[in-house]
Amino acid sequence: MIPAAFEYYRPKDMAGVLSILEEHGDDARVMAGGHSLIPMMKLRMADVPHLIDLQDVGGLSDIEISNDTISIGAMVTQHAIIDHDGLAEAAPILREASLQIADPQVRYMGTVGGNVANGDPGNDMPGLMQCLDATFTVVGADGERRIPAREFYEAAYMTARDDEEVLTSVTIPRPSGGYAYEKQKRKIGDYATAAAAVQIVKEGGSCASAAIAMTNLSDTPIYSQSAAAALVGSSVDDAAISAAIDAMLGDIDPTEDNRGPVAFKKHVAGVILRRAIERAWSRA
Amino acid sequence: MKDEVITREERVANLKGMGCSRKRVEDARFTQGKGNYVDDIKLDGMLFGDFVRSPYAHAKITNIDTAAALEVPGVLAVLTAKDLEPLGLHWMPTLAGDKQMVLADGKVLFQGQEVAFVVAEDRYAAADGIEAVEVEYEELEVLIDPFKSMQSDVVLREDTVDENGKPMDGAHGPRTHHNHIFTWEAGDKDPTFEVIDSAEVVAEETMYYHRTHPCPLETCGCVASMDKVNGKLTLWGTFQAPHAIRTVVSLISGIEEHNIRVISPDIGGGFGNKVGAYPGYVCSVVASIVTGKPVKWIEDRMDNLMTTAFARDYWMKGRISATKDGKITGLHCHVTADHGGFDACADPTKFPAGFMNICTGSYDIPTAYLEVDGVYTNKAPGGVSYRCSFRVTEAVYFIERMIEVLAIELNMDAAELRRINFIKKEQFPYTAALGWEYDSGDYHTAWDKALKAVDYEGLRAEQAQRIEDFKAGKTRSLMGIGLSFFTEIVGAGPVKNCDILGLGMFDSCEIRIHPTGSAIARLGTISQGQGHATTFAQILASEIGLPADSITIEEGDTDTAPYGLGTYGSRSTPVAGAATAMAGRKIRAKAQMIAAYLLEVHDDDVEFDVDRFVVKGAPERFKTMKEIAFAAYNQAIPGIEPGLEAVSYYDPPNMTYPFGAYVCVMDIDVDTGVTDIRRFYALDDCGTRINPMVIEGQVHGGLTEALAVALGQEIAYDEMGNVKTGTLMDFFLPTAWEVPNYETDHTVTPSPHHPIGAKGVGESPHVGGVPCFSNAVQDAFRAFGLRHTNMPHDHWRIWKTANELGLHG
Ligand SMILES: Cc1cc2nc3c(=O)[nH]c(=O)nc-3n(C[C@H](O)[C@H](O)[C@H](O)COP(=O)(O)OP(=O)(O)OC[C@H]3O[C@@H](n4cnc5c(N)ncnc54)[C@H](O)[C@@H]3O)c2cc1C
Repeated sequence: MIPAAFEYYRPKDMAGVLSILEEHGDDARVMAGGHSLIPMMKLRMADVPHLIDLQDVGGLSDIEISNDTISIGAMVTQHAIIDHDGLAEAAPILREASLQIADPQVRYMGTVGGNVANGDPGNDMPGLMQCLDATFTVVGADGERRIPAREFYEAAYMTARDDEEVLTSVTIPRPSGGYAYEKQKRKIGDYATAAAAVQIVKEGGSCASAAIAMTNLSDTPIYSQSAAAALVGSSVDDAAISAAIDAMLGDIDPTEDNRGPVAFKKHVAGVILRRAIERAWSRA
Repeated sequence: MKDEVITREERVANLKGMGCSRKRVEDARFTQGKGNYVDDIKLDGMLFGDFVRSPYAHAKITNIDTAAALEVPGVLAVLTAKDLEPLGLHWMPTLAGDKQMVLADGKVLFQGQEVAFVVAEDRYAAADGIEAVEVEYEELEVLIDPFKSMQSDVVLREDTVDENGKPMDGAHGPRTHHNHIFTWEAGDKDPTFEVIDSAEVVAEETMYYHRTHPCPLETCGCVASMDKVNGKLTLWGTFQAPHAIRTVVSLISGIEEHNIRVISPDIGGGFGNKVGAYPGYVCSVVASIVTGKPVKWIEDRMDNLMTTAFARDYWMKGRISATKDGKITGLHCHVTADHGGFDACADPTKFPAGFMNICTGSYDIPTAYLEVDGVYTNKAPGGVSYRCSFRVTEAVYFIERMIEVLAIELNMDAAELRRINFIKKEQFPYTAALGWEYDSGDYHTAWDKALKAVDYEGLRAEQAQRIEDFKAGKTRSLMGIGLSFFTEIVGAGPVKNCDILGLGMFDSCEIRIHPTGSAIARLGTISQGQGHATTFAQILASEIGLPADSITIEEGDTDTAPYGLGTYGSRSTPVAGAATAMAGRKIRAKAQMIAAYLLEVHDDDVEFDVDRFVVKGAPERFKTMKEIAFAAYNQAIPGIEPGLEAVSYYDPPNMTYPFGAYVCVMDIDVDTGVTDIRRFYALDDCGTRINPMVIEGQVHGGLTEALAVALGQEIAYDEMGNVKTGTLMDFFLPTAWEVPNYETDHTVTPSPHHPIGAKGVGESPHVGGVPCFSNAVQDAFRAFGLRHTNMPHDHWRIWKTANELGLHG
């Protein structure tokens, strides 16, 4: 488990990062917590001749909460999210989801930016951010761009971010209503067999709006608009939930792996979504 | 004298002898990160060696080009089979009487097989060198299924067939097919078949005990250092049997045994994974001889999981017969054993299927027959490991599943079925139908205690209610009650029938008492976490009357320790523990003579009392062991040599037979396959208990490993022979999160033939735990028509069971 040789850089500012990226193009990559990237390098599945550590770049670790938006710096760790009481109040689903990622040791290192930029279908935060309708800010030689999470993921490890851009922050409209992050995994530290992120707004006993995203059930996270639509206007009764599940099943495309065959994953996806909806509704 | 004011109880307590929960003396260094493992060893000029491994499970090697690798900065040499052949080291003998390629000799037989050994200045350069070695492979048909292997025209091992392609005899007799290794039988075939064929009730089942791996936290490795000036080879390594390794190294290298020093430093878990001899050891030694420098080899996690000794991979077909009221009359077991590309098990020579013939379990089964076929496939070699290295885990799983299946066939409660078939207390020593003589046992007492402790009847009532609720649509959770009663066979073993490579399986202890009344004892075993430095000192404290805290236990250095066969198969306490007690008694016998001399009475007029010899009938006249030790070195005693030392080599008269009763209560989410262990009760009878706390620790560890195996841990292969579970992401290693609270309990039935009555406990919880967890899963579905489903019971397989039983609507 020894990676191929690489140059290590630790620039002090974003300009320094961008210039190294520009110089080496494809051969350079940024590293945040390293807990996805380093294993890939050690398995020699990722070849990174120029590794740029973001630890010393300032201004990437802030959490800002205003009346209508939440902004999380790319280098904020999963642990910091769990630990932040203001955040837990403003968007409690973030803590609920983060507590189901990996284990404490990994969460001390793993960052929000790394988790959403990585593009691994197993990561939990991409689906979470789609559910929350987050926007990712990226910066490159030509300046900043803002990309909606729901348009960010193209295929496994393929995202709308250019190789020479760096993700700097995640902005989320302050969610309201009930929430739930439900995840089935084989053991602590495992990626999801199936996971569902649900936010529901309840008005006068019926569902006013909903957002649903699924994780590790396709080569990208699945934001299932049709599943949410099946709930809106209903009293989130059994029929509505079943309709939402059917709609979701039409959107996902799981593959067989050591977690199990496709039929099992689809079944579990339905069960997990049902539980997430029921919990979110009970909190709405 | 200060001694006189303390009570006898206080004197006993001061010794910290047998029966007390003395804190582990090893923990001070381990908890501070001050252990000394192989990878901590750093020598001047030390090089690092690592393997180019085969990506294919079965392929011909047409060329190996090392030129580019030799250009990599820091790479000094690349060894291939061609380099080892002139030394006769391109193949090596296995402990099972087969042989194994050290480096691929023209072909590879499993994914991850060692193809070339890159020697470099450090492990980074070695890794780059590995990338640069170019190997040309020609893929061959892969045989992963042992049944297909036994039908296939493809010859896996050309070296085992004659020029006409006919299989030559193997180490265990004639072979019936070129991919067949051995057939081994125990018991009486015809009488057994007659009984079964004419029985009132017969239950049949086929079960697969999947391939898994013990995954010690520390992987395998070694440092070889050949001193060319004095001709001495020092080999540090993760060896569970350092003396056996020294002998093997001597036999295959030709270096005289006195010129080889093997040292096992601290070992981070073994579980049988570190018993065998691996290509890494041979290549490191050769590389050190070639370069004149020390060479280190350390596996990474994937190497360890994919190539070093696996466990299980047993296909077991059983038939069990009984009368209508449940009295078992006969048992037949047929095993197809997948040994991988080489037979590298570490069984005693006469037992190619280990002690699988303990498969009649704890039951009085009058007639039985076992046959085992060993088969070559394109998987890694190994086979005997994981807390009962001698196939006892397979045997106990087999019988404990057969009992459950028979209970279903009889429509009977499985606890009751066990009770009416247990060997009775008064039947011990009991000779089982497949040959073993069980030394002692009291199964009914243990079983009743266990069932009472968990309120078995209450649990069954709760389960009945749950089933009713499930059927009424009130819950989607089922409840399983897992039972297992196991009899272990450990302490290999009597030299008359147990040897490895011709080395009798005795063990040893050598004691030196120092003049001031402290001592060092050296043993032929080696702890890998079992706590020998703690517990063996306790045995001695009780035997020789010096405090355990004043006794150093040393193991693992062949230049200083007496010869022994090492630590595995729960043999340390039964064999080396016995040697320790016997050596202690020799010390005591001499001490008695010294005491008598000092007290000016006849030898027979003094008797041992805790920490001293007292004159019979005059307790105020005594000599403490401390005083006696000093006298041994400073007095000229007529007829007695100075000094106080003893050695004992112990050849056990029989194996020991620990047993236990386990109960697991589990809830199962039918829709997701997720299991929740609500309760686990473990009663162990390991005979005399040396240190209850250490026993409890061993039980917790073994149960956790049992949970892993039953619920998800496996080495899985795809059709092409690729290992699908080569990292800890997919290979299940439980953490505190997945592990329930264990309730431990015990009864004490001392072994009648062991000097202190101890039986061994390290592997019991694994042996008994696996069927208990598995039975809990299976029991949950019994009411819905399940007879048997194979482990591992991970989420999707449980889901599949529920699905096939129509429980998903
Ligand atoms: C044992 C284990 C279990 C895990 N379990 C889970 C789990 O259950 N759920 C889960 O979601 N994750 C899991 N992870 C992954 C963990 O959360 C990672 O830390 C996270 O996915 C990546 O964050 P990182 O900061 O470590 O990123 P890195 O590993 O440093 O980077 C990951 C990728 O993102 C890129 N990148 C990082 N930061 C930026 C940026 N600011 N701009 C552009 N590109 C960037 C890197 O170039 C790289 O390609 C697990 C990891 C381990 C080791």
